[in-house]
Amino acid sequence: MLKVEGLAAFYGESQALENVSFELPDNGVTALLGANAAGKTTTLRVVSGVLPARRGTVTFNGVNITKATPEERVRLGIVHVPEGRRLFGTLSVEENLLLGGYSKRKDGNSKERLDRIYSMLPKLAERRTQLAGTLSGGEQQMCAVGRGLMSEPTVLMIDEMSLGLAPVIVSQMFSFVKEIAARGVSVLLVEQQVQHALQAADRATIIDRGVTTHSGTSEEIRNDPKVREAYLGV
Amino acid sequence: MEILIQTLVAGVLLGGVYALVSVGLNLLFGVVRVINFAHGEFVMIGMYIAFWLWAGLGLDPYVSLLIVAPAMFLLGVIFQRGIIQPIQGTSANMKIFVTVGISIILQNLALFLWGGQHRTVSTSYSTSVFNLGGVTISVGRLIAFIGALVLVAALFYIMNRTMTGTVLRAIAEDGPTAVLVGIPVKKFYFVATGISVMLAGVAGVMLTPFTSASPMFGFHMTLIAFIVVVIGGMGSMVGSLVGGVLLGAIETLAGTYISPALQQAVLFAIFIIVVLVRPQGLFGKGAGTEEVGLK
Ligand SMILES: Nc1ncnc2c1ncn2[C@@H]1O[C@H](COP(=O)(O)OP(=O)(O)O)[C@@H](O)[C@H]1O
Ligand SMILES: [Mg+2]
Repeated sequence: MLKVEGLAAFYGESQALENVSFELPDNGVTALLGANAAGKTTTLRVVSGVLPARRGTVTFNGVNITKATPEERVRLGIVHVPEGRRLFGTLSVEENLLLGGYSKRKDGNSKERLDRIYSMLPKLAERRTQLAGTLSGGEQQMCAVGRGLMSEPTVLMIDEMSLGLAPVIVSQMFSFVKEIAARGVSVLLVEQQVQHALQAADRATIIDRGVTTHSGTSEEIRNDPKVREAYLGV
Repeated sequence: MEILIQTLVAGVLLGGVYALVSVGLNLLFGVVRVINFAHGEFVMIGMYIAFWLWAGLGLDPYVSLLIVAPAMFLLGVIFQRGIIQPIQGTSANMKIFVTVGISIILQNLALFLWGGQHRTVSTSYSTSVFNLGGVTISVGRLIAFIGALVLVAALFYIMNRTMTGTVLRAIAEDGPTAVLVGIPVKKFYFVATGISVMLAGVAGVMLTPFTSASPMFGFHMTLIAFIVVVIGGMGSMVGSLVGGVLLGAIETLAGTYISPALQQAVLFAIFIIVVLVRPQGLFGKGAGTEEVGLK
């Protein structure tokens, strides 16, 4: 469904991506793994359209969307939950969720979508009027994912979801993500916690200094000798 | 005592209009991140449109609001597209040079087109006053004050109770993330600048029954609004409301008790003290103070 081929991207003069290629299936969890500064976040930024690709293409359901605006991509169903949550801290939880559903506002059923998010993440319902900036780390991550789900994505990319969260919360979030994926959303998880992510994911792609080096099922990646040496410390 | 109350009332009434001009400046700054030093010129343009509609067609200034408000919104949209949008990504200095430049161009243009003489609208109620417990109140000034407060309240309502307002607040807080969640941020820049310029023009119209229009009038308004926004706090709408009323009162008091010649000196003295002691302003959270070089 989403296919990325030969992406290259720059920040000014400095090159962050050299050759990034991978494909996402229609559903399930795919992990994008790599060391710090490997280019994971940059890859998501290019896929969501906030950073232009210098080379390469992004294709969605057979359509080339390399030049589409972020807004158009969200409307198509490609959603990026950013690193560090980036909630609107001075806005309430509910306002954050409504903003996530902005691209779908003309469908007129924002109340239903809101209720669906609240039933999936009841903690957010309790906190609906609270300012997002006052939530705990775990609740903020829930709100960020909930905000992403409000536009009913078909591709949900979550950057460093587990960063800074307590282990219990991390497990909860991973199982929540698997649940979403089982309902027909293709989830792309960016993680530095390789072990944990491989347990949650069906497939994985490894990125190293701006180049995707390995792709396969979690099983294959886990058993690849080079990956084991470089990322799993064995 | 009587003089004090009389002065205070006049000052607060004037302050309402200052608040209306200032919330517009603040909205543009908060959302679009440009301090518009040409803001006062839009007040001046509003005044001239009201004057010419009155002089040419005999239209009452309050009736001319029906024309001025949409016309000024449109002017704001053009201003956003032609001037503001190209400088949005540039340095703070660049933004100041360009908007100050526009301010001077608009002043000159007004001088060229309409001459330097003061243009006064005289309506049946221009000089009417009424007496309230010994305090004389000008009808025009009272209407301007109430009108300004109603518009400020309407803006507060839009900002806090509508989806448009929620989006504008989100962009003000974190524009890049607003883009990421799929909001057409550029379109909302047009909304913000349109509203900002419209409020300035409307404020100008409401001043006309008791203030004459002149090419330099806007300069004074920009200074006032800038001081109000800094004192009240960048990005704080409540700050602009309180700051506007406060500044109107201080200016009038200074004129009566110190000297009319020193009114602006007093305002700037207060401005400098606030910038030094509390650069984020009375109600601000400090956002944006760096961008205009105050911190
Ligand atoms: N805003 C930026 N400006 C300049 N360089 C950046 C920026 N963001 C990231 N980079 C650089 O791009 C490379 C890839 O970064 P990133 O995609 O954030 O890596 P990851 O998410 O895998 O940790 C790094 O070398 C990083 O220093
Ligand atoms: Mg990253």
